[in-house]
Amino acid sequence: MTQSTPEAANITPELIAEHGLKPDEYQRLLEIMGHEPSLTELGIFSVMWSEHCSYKSSRFWLKQLPTSGPQVIQGPGENAGIVDLGDGDCAVFKMESHNHPSYIEPYQGAATGVGGIMRDVFTMGARPVANLNALRFGAPEHPKTRHLVNGVVAGIGGYGNCVGVPTVGGEVNFDAAYNNNILVNAMCIGLAKTDKIFYSAARGADLPVVYVGSKTGRDGIHGATMASAEFDDDSDEKRPTVQVGDPFTEKLLIEACLELMALDVIIAIQDMGAAGLTSSTSEMADKGGVGIELNLDHVPQREVGMTAYEMLLSESQERMLMVLKPGSEPDAEAVFHKWGLDFAVIGRTNDSGRMVVKHKGIIEADIPVANLADSAPLYERPWTTEPPPRRILAEWIEPPESIMGALKTIMAHPSGCSRRWVWEQYDHMVMGDTIQRPGGDAAVVRIHGTNKAIAACCDVTPRYVLADPAMGTKQAVAETWRNLTAVGAEPLAITDNLNYANPERPEIMGQFVQSIKGMTEACEVLAYPVVAGNVSLYNETNGVGIPPTPAIGGVGIIKDLSKRVDMSAKHAGNLLVALGAEEGHLGQTLYQQIIAGGLDGAPPPVDLHAEKATGDFVRTLIREQAIQSAHDISDGGLLVAIAEMALAGNVGVEIFPYEGTLPAHAIWFGEDQARYIIEVSPETADSILERTRQNSLPARIVGRLGGDKLSIGRAETLELAELKSAHEAWFPKYMDSVSD
Amino acid sequence: MKSTVIVFPGSNCDRDMKVALEKATGSTVDMAWHGDTDLKPSDLIVLPGGFSYGDYLRPGAMAAKSPIMANVIARAKSGTPILGICNGFQVLCETGLLPGVLMRNASLRYVCRDVHVKVEQPETPFTLAYQKGAILRIPVAHHDGNYFADADQLDRLEGEDQVVVRYCNEDGNVAASANPNGSQRNIAGICDGSRRIVGMMPHPERLFESALGGCDGLGVLDSIKQAVNTAVAH
Repeated sequence: MTQSTPEAANITPELIAEHGLKPDEYQRLLEIMGHEPSLTELGIFSVMWSEHCSYKSSRFWLKQLPTSGPQVIQGPGENAGIVDLGDGDCAVFKMESHNHPSYIEPYQGAATGVGGIMRDVFTMGARPVANLNALRFGAPEHPKTRHLVNGVVAGIGGYGNCVGVPTVGGEVNFDAAYNNNILVNAMCIGLAKTDKIFYSAARGADLPVVYVGSKTGRDGIHGATMASAEFDDDSDEKRPTVQVGDPFTEKLLIEACLELMALDVIIAIQDMGAAGLTSSTSEMADKGGVGIELNLDHVPQREVGMTAYEMLLSESQERMLMVLKPGSEPDAEAVFHKWGLDFAVIGRTNDSGRMVVKHKGIIEADIPVANLADSAPLYERPWTTEPPPRRILAEWIEPPESIMGALKTIMAHPSGCSRRWVWEQYDHMVMGDTIQRPGGDAAVVRIHGTNKAIAACCDVTPRYVLADPAMGTKQAVAETWRNLTAVGAEPLAITDNLNYANPERPEIMGQFVQSIKGMTEACEVLAYPVVAGNVSLYNETNGVGIPPTPAIGGVGIIKDLSKRVDMSAKHAGNLLVALGAEEGHLGQTLYQQIIAGGLDGAPPPVDLHAEKATGDFVRTLIREQAIQSAHDISDGGLLVAIAEMALAGNVGVEIFPYEGTLPAHAIWFGEDQARYIIEVSPETADSILERTRQNSLPARIVGRLGGDKLSIGRAETLELAELKSAHEAWFPKYMDSVSD
Repeated sequence: MKSTVIVFPGSNCDRDMKVALEKATGSTVDMAWHGDTDLKPSDLIVLPGGFSYGDYLRPGAMAAKSPIMANVIARAKSGTPILGICNGFQVLCETGLLPGVLMRNASLRYVCRDVHVKVEQPETPFTLAYQKGAILRIPVAHHDGNYFADADQLDRLEGEDQVVVRYCNEDGNVAASANPNGSQRNIAGICDGSRRIVGMMPHPERLFESALGGCDGLGVLDSIKQAVNTAVAH
């Protein structure tokens, strides 16, 4: 065999730069290799050391996050995190971004984001049972927004619907700051048995390395590198780096993998995600402490004449790499052939500690695996931070002409209107276990064949995070915890998806660092660790970046489905009680943005101890079946929360006028944290209020259910039907209008 | 009683249907694989929802030519009741066991939501537990549910009382606003001339217990139970 390839001769500084490697990173490569790399080797280092794969800017900080707890079976570092659900069940979940590809090609970018995160989950032996997503788009009036919304939503639906995994929740925001960098964060949750979890460490020598799934094509080459750089005016030219998904194959791959997993022949398994064959091979070898020799001649190929470089860097979808027990190949092959999928032994493990790649009789790459992983650059990038902005007092902000008029405006606004147009394009019921459909505080999905369920939600309020990254991130964690609590779930753990602009700018790195601090504090106080995560940096175009957007995906458990509530107001005559301290915080609220002329000041402060005390109280009431419905108070404040309960239950509310000392509009629209509304019967109201006093929890009866309108005294009324049509109108009207 | 669910590669409501059938009939359900060439005796056969063969070519088109379908067609012709839901309805149309075709939704978008349908033909094995005119709330979830046939065919379907369910408003009014996909004459489900072969876009198996948000789909399962019990008794 001969080392080197025809192209290897000329590794120029330009070629190195095109591969996204900095000069000092290339020097490090030379030290590891001891000689000039072949083009294929350069390509391998390029993707493995990309921001996307190596987390080189973020690793230092991510290590500080709380990641353990009695409920944690697997924290960050594997394909997905795992939490214990009791009775031998566990939840496997993670959230991951597909921002860059979705901007370039929205349908395929979003679809393959969903496909990729599902593979991360079933790789570990779990059947995916729920998908969620967190989407940020530019301003509605931006010429590309409608096209991007349409493509992303269709892509998410097109993939998840076909695979047959319900898409049960998520969030959608519009903001001009995302005009040129949309965010598509997809989350998947799977269920597995705690004694049947699969990992990626390829332990043992002389074991067969097997490729299954789709054939390899030329799509997605350098996707990981593309996703590790900012955009410029030529970003559309990057379309060929976006992968193309085939959900039908994914469905077959799920069934085939789960069928094979039941046979007990798999030693290690890893999906081929970013950086495809390269990263799956090197990760399996590195984690197992072995070497792997691949012969690319055996890789199933979709196109003729593919080079080693192309095969190693392809991000063709729906592929997995496995290390099997020797001798099990025929049984495994039979399973994959039954499902009509490719199956090929493409290599073997050995004890060399090297990743050796052969193609057509030539050694195309020969790299020490541990160095490829461990010696990846690690940057402690300089960061700066500014003191948080001052708190805006409610008195400084104009009251609206009419409270109900402001309510209607907020709930009809792109930031406050119904997302029905989006989630009706997702099959949210397939698999027959969706207990709480989209539109509630958190989705609830039954654990098949049991009376237990998982609850899940995604949240972040980027306007808070931009104003104060530490506080805003704390709020995002707390809001997921609150949403899980509001359906009666016990929050277990989170996955994060940290989306930021260029970390080489100290102020951006400062946002990241502050976010980690806020997240750490929230996770610690709430005993709600981070078990999986993803970082997406360089979300910026021509020097303009996105607001810091740490999307948080929360997962909880409901141990008895008969003890849960939803947010829909139930019975006329029942009372609504608001729990939590009312401080009338109007800075960074929807009211300030939509009604009062623009965002300013500090976001609402989060008191994590109040958060915990109030949430635990609400959860206790739900378990006692003492309340009929519950809803957290978030975007838009108390009045929006009341209106959402009324709309969900199609029951009016006689809202009692506020008689305290704060300005009324601050009470109705302030976004003070750690608050809920609960529905109680008139007979139990006194005893529940008494318990709030015993627990030192602020509580106030805010209204009585009945009729078909919302009213505050005589002067302020709004028909539910009118509010409903305003709330539902914006999205379909916007999407159906023709852009010029 | 024996019931069978056919599983194509890409079927994804097969398990949901199995769970619902087991609950309704109290017996285990056979799952028959698309590549099988023999089909065990069965009192009824269900073609489930999903994306058989990835919807390649046209929804249901490839499934209609799969090995198992030759058996299903033979059973259909010998009188075994057959229910096709969603993709199963598309397959039945592609085999020619039912007339017409399901085109892409008029909105060009996938639609997943509860709709209302009116039962117009209760004399099928799958609807006999309902009164004529009953209004059901029942989910749809499809990209290609826009039922089309030419006017003569539609007239024949209506003349022979082969329209089983029609999209309607909550109050039973068959209005254009209640039509989720642009189907001709708001048709949501039809049967063949024998009334033993039924195809419908809505998913009764998704709404058969209160935990899932409603029980209006239960009648389809009750109908199956009654029909089979009656058939067994004969």
